[in-house]
Amino acid sequence: MIEIRGNKKVLITPVSAEDLADIHIGDIVWLDGDLMTCRDVAHRRLIEYGRELPYDIRDKAIFHAGPIVRKIEGTEDDYEMVSIGPTTSMRMEKFEYDFVKETGVRVIVGKGGMGPNTERACKEFGAIHCVFPAGCAVVAATEVLKIQEHHWDELGMPETLWCNKVKEFGPLIVSIDPEGRNLFEEQKVVYNEKKEAAKQAIYPEVKFIK
Amino acid sequence: MTKEENVKKLTDMVADFVGFIGKKLPDDVVAKLKELGDKETDPLPKVLYETMTRNQDLAVALDRPSCQDTGVIQFWLKCGTNFPYINELEALLKEAVVQATFATPLRHNSVETFDEYNTKRNVGKGTPTVWWDIVPNSDQCEIYAYMAGGGCTLPGKAMVLMPGAGYEGVTDFVLDQMTSYGLNACPPLLVGVGVATSVETAALLSKKALMRPIGSHNENANAAKMEQLLEDGINAIGLGPQGMGGKFSVMGVNIENTARHPSAIGVAVNVGCWSHRRGHIVVDKDLNVTCDTHSTWKFNG
Repeated sequence: MIEIRGNKKVLITPVSAEDLADIHIGDIVWLDGDLMTCRDVAHRRLIEYGRELPYDIRDKAIFHAGPIVRKIEGTEDDYEMVSIGPTTSMRMEKFEYDFVKETGVRVIVGKGGMGPNTERACKEFGAIHCVFPAGCAVVAATEVLKIQEHHWDELGMPETLWCNKVKEFGPLIVSIDPEGRNLFEEQKVVYNEKKEAAKQAIYPEVKFIK
Repeated sequence: MTKEENVKKLTDMVADFVGFIGKKLPDDVVAKLKELGDKETDPLPKVLYETMTRNQDLAVALDRPSCQDTGVIQFWLKCGTNFPYINELEALLKEAVVQATFATPLRHNSVETFDEYNTKRNVGKGTPTVWWDIVPNSDQCEIYAYMAGGGCTLPGKAMVLMPGAGYEGVTDFVLDQMTSYGLNACPPLLVGVGVATSVETAALLSKKALMRPIGSHNENANAAKMEQLLEDGINAIGLGPQGMGGKFSVMGVNIENTARHPSAIGVAVNVGCWSHRRGHIVVDKDLNVTCDTHSTWKFNG
């Protein structure tokens, strides 16, 4: 579901492909609802080893993130979110097409760009990849209402699947949209052109070997 | 105080400092981010800089690590041969990291290689990293502490160029790394470049270059000129905050260098993310401490 709240466009889980039809790269959106952390080993377990995820993420969101959590004193197994921010999404690229296909996840949040596998998944299954501003882990933590469940704890704090309930989680900048357009890849073309020009300007100035 | 009590005091001091640098950026980084952010005019980079600033304020207000990736802790020591705790130093740094891990708290970031398990204490074989520079006839110890996060560790690269490639080759090496890996490493970056004689000499210098203050320059005029050329050149690429486009890409470029073999140019690049968590303290023989990177850090040990 999508709700316009003040000047914010808020995605509320469950999110459908139709909800995302009018979302484009460069848009800034926010998220309410279910957001599970999921990174390297969890992707490998599902795709390479065929282990089913212990938490259903269909029409929900995942976060490429390894947080710092703290046990809530006086509880047996409840944790609070201390600091959570995105990790480099590109590490999950090789798994992401199959991952989206298998899980039905709708919103992928991470850092930096992803590649053709993710573009294909977003286009085929109606999903998006967004960037949460990296390094802004306290902002993100204050937007987590509660850690509802956690699984695969044996992987250690960063790799555990932390299943969060979030409220106005963002800003999320859309980097791959359901048309398969990729903000970073489009930017890279511009960056590379500018880089070549910059190199040409530097070369004549650094002829220190005579 | 007994030697044992003093070792504990130094351990507590380092643990406190390590925790602190995870929560508050150094003064030079704060100033540079403000300078770069103020010059952006497009809505997207402005929103990003605003969020980054709000995050740093919240981290201090809520007393939490500003970024969840508190890195592998790395120390670079310039230790006097007469520093009274030289023998205890390496062990106490390890203990300080364990202490900081639970007190701060820090994320568990030490995975034993080959056995592939997380030690859950941020220490392991060779971690924290400790680099030693021994200073003859000094009784003080300088300690640089750095949180090497995963994102900004990934672009690290070293190679040996043939002299025919020249400094044009060094330029290519650095700039190509910016558009392939740098844009995902949380720009605006601080870029450290080592120019030396082999991969390991260049690589270590590229990390040490990141310990230098933003805006400082190599003492060699040509190297300083190249720092400025690379800074301007990378800025012209316009990676912007988070690599999503903007007027700048970097907080600076620092080059460190040594002489080289006539047949080789060793070159390496290391980057620090915008959340460049490095700190520098100087401890004297009586454990009086001064800090020139963080004006608000005070140790009440």
